[in-house]
Amino acid sequence: MAHFTKATSIKDWLNQRLAIEKVEKVMASEYWIPKNINFLWAMGMVLVITFALLLVSGIFLLMYYQPNIDLAFDSVNYTIMREVDFGWLWRHVHGVAASVVFLIIYIHMFTAIYYGSYKKGREMIWISGMLLFVAFSAEAFSGYMLPWGQMSYWAGMVITNLFSGGSLHADGLVEWIRGDYVPAQAFLNRFFMLHVLLVPLAIIGLIGLHFGALRIPHVNNQDGEEIDFDEESKKYLAGDKAGSKVIRFANDFMSKDMLVVAIYLVFFFYLVFFHYDFAMDPVNFDPADGLKTPEHIYPEWYFLWSYEILRPFSTDIGLIAFAFAQVIFMALPFLDRSPNTIPASRRGLFKYWFWAMLIDMIALTAMGKVPPVEPFGTIGLYAALIFIGLWVVLPFITKLEKKA
Amino acid sequence: MENKSRRGFMGMAFGAVAGVGAVASLFAMKKSWDPLPSVKAAGFTTLDMSAYNDNELITEKWRGKPIFVLKQDVSMVETAKKSIQELERLIKIGDSYYMVAIGLCTHLGCIPGYRESTKDFLCACHGGMYDATASVTKAPPPRGLDIPPFKIKGSTLVLGEEGPEYKKMKKTGVTL
Repeated sequence: MAHFTKATSIKDWLNQRLAIEKVEKVMASEYWIPKNINFLWAMGMVLVITFALLLVSGIFLLMYYQPNIDLAFDSVNYTIMREVDFGWLWRHVHGVAASVVFLIIYIHMFTAIYYGSYKKGREMIWISGMLLFVAFSAEAFSGYMLPWGQMSYWAGMVITNLFSGGSLHADGLVEWIRGDYVPAQAFLNRFFMLHVLLVPLAIIGLIGLHFGALRIPHVNNQDGEEIDFDEESKKYLAGDKAGSKVIRFANDFMSKDMLVVAIYLVFFFYLVFFHYDFAMDPVNFDPADGLKTPEHIYPEWYFLWSYEILRPFSTDIGLIAFAFAQVIFMALPFLDRSPNTIPASRRGLFKYWFWAMLIDMIALTAMGKVPPVEPFGTIGLYAALIFIGLWVVLPFITKLEKKA
Repeated sequence: MENKSRRGFMGMAFGAVAGVGAVASLFAMKKSWDPLPSVKAAGFTTLDMSAYNDNELITEKWRGKPIFVLKQDVSMVETAKKSIQELERLIKIGDSYYMVAIGLCTHLGCIPGYRESTKDFLCACHGGMYDATASVTKAPPPRGLDIPPFKIKGSTLVLGEEGPEYKKMKKTGVTL
């Protein structure tokens, strides 16, 4: 057993038992961040803060929400919105954060793609990040079921139908997922469970993995420079703060992170207080009705690009294209054959690939929102084909790239 | 050496018991997600087929799903008789022909709308179209509307039971 002495202070008492000073060093003051970065490196912290907002607002919603097909709609639209003091606040924070979290995830993702932050030992950061994207997608979808409005019901119908696998006609699997022939009580209950327990647990676990994956390769920087973190941190601790290429995570880097977070929160609460309606589909203010499809079914904006890849094709090909779109980002570190870890702007053809992919995904998103009429159908089809084509050519154009 | 084989045996025994337990729990978890017996038992609907009018779409409900019933008028029957595949989709009771199908688009499950003037269905979600026998006429739906299991009992139709007419249809593959 370790030797304990009479504590001189509360801190010393804790230190003897939990090594809090050591923990603080490892996690914060001697966790080193390169200096050569910009505001896009703060998106991780912005996501942590947004997740915290979702968690806190979710806890308050959970106290009044009723996971019952007869009560759910009113528990949200009457009890929470009208009876509970500040119930509207939690709902609007929850709804807006669920939407905005995807905007930040996409910025975070495309930052990583632009700066090549998925290469040379950073593959696990990328993969765990993409797993987080999948988990957040499941969380968003299951949460969307809970108000049990028309969009909840029909999105539940359409998305669970995807699991029939088109011509495979696996209706048994679809009924198993739903626990009924159509989305009903069993369906609402199990998606409630997924939304408030299983998926959040998975998300918290994956966040741990994502942070852990950063430890060994460290954070990338604006030039993809390979920094000797041991050397540079020694320089810093020896007093050469100006000469060192790194700074402490806390409080130095955190102070910059928090500036970006502060600006973000101004934008976020502007949306919550003045523009929350963008995250509240009007169709979902009609209670679920299994005998009436809404005129036009579309997912929330953050799923539109993958939905549009599904839409222009016949069912089977559409499903294959959709499945491809869901998993292909995961393979990015292995499809990019170039040895260079530098910004896309200095990478030859990859520069065009990056912008083509970004613009194509925006085009897919826009086409997914409009009704399936011409010319939008054709534009959507070409955008979907370009998406697939870009992934097919990626290994070849990156193979051609010269070593920088 | 003796220790090693003992440990190996313990490890295998532990692994085997844990493995059986894991498989058994997965089985229980799978079964817990199955539709409940009460859900399955409520899966029958009886329709009185004499109550329908020509070229008027009526939506019934079976297992929570909308069921389209469209009694075919003379011109529809004539069109359908030109193609065996289309005629096979219709249910004949007495001298009348009925289109009875699950009213969910076979693409992704939206409810297509019926247009009496053009005698066809249009799905607003992704633009799929079906004719009066619910055969698909415009993609993306991969096939005509699905036909639920049925049994003809006099002038009534029981949905959820498989009668000889349904089994015949199933063989030709028009039900899916």
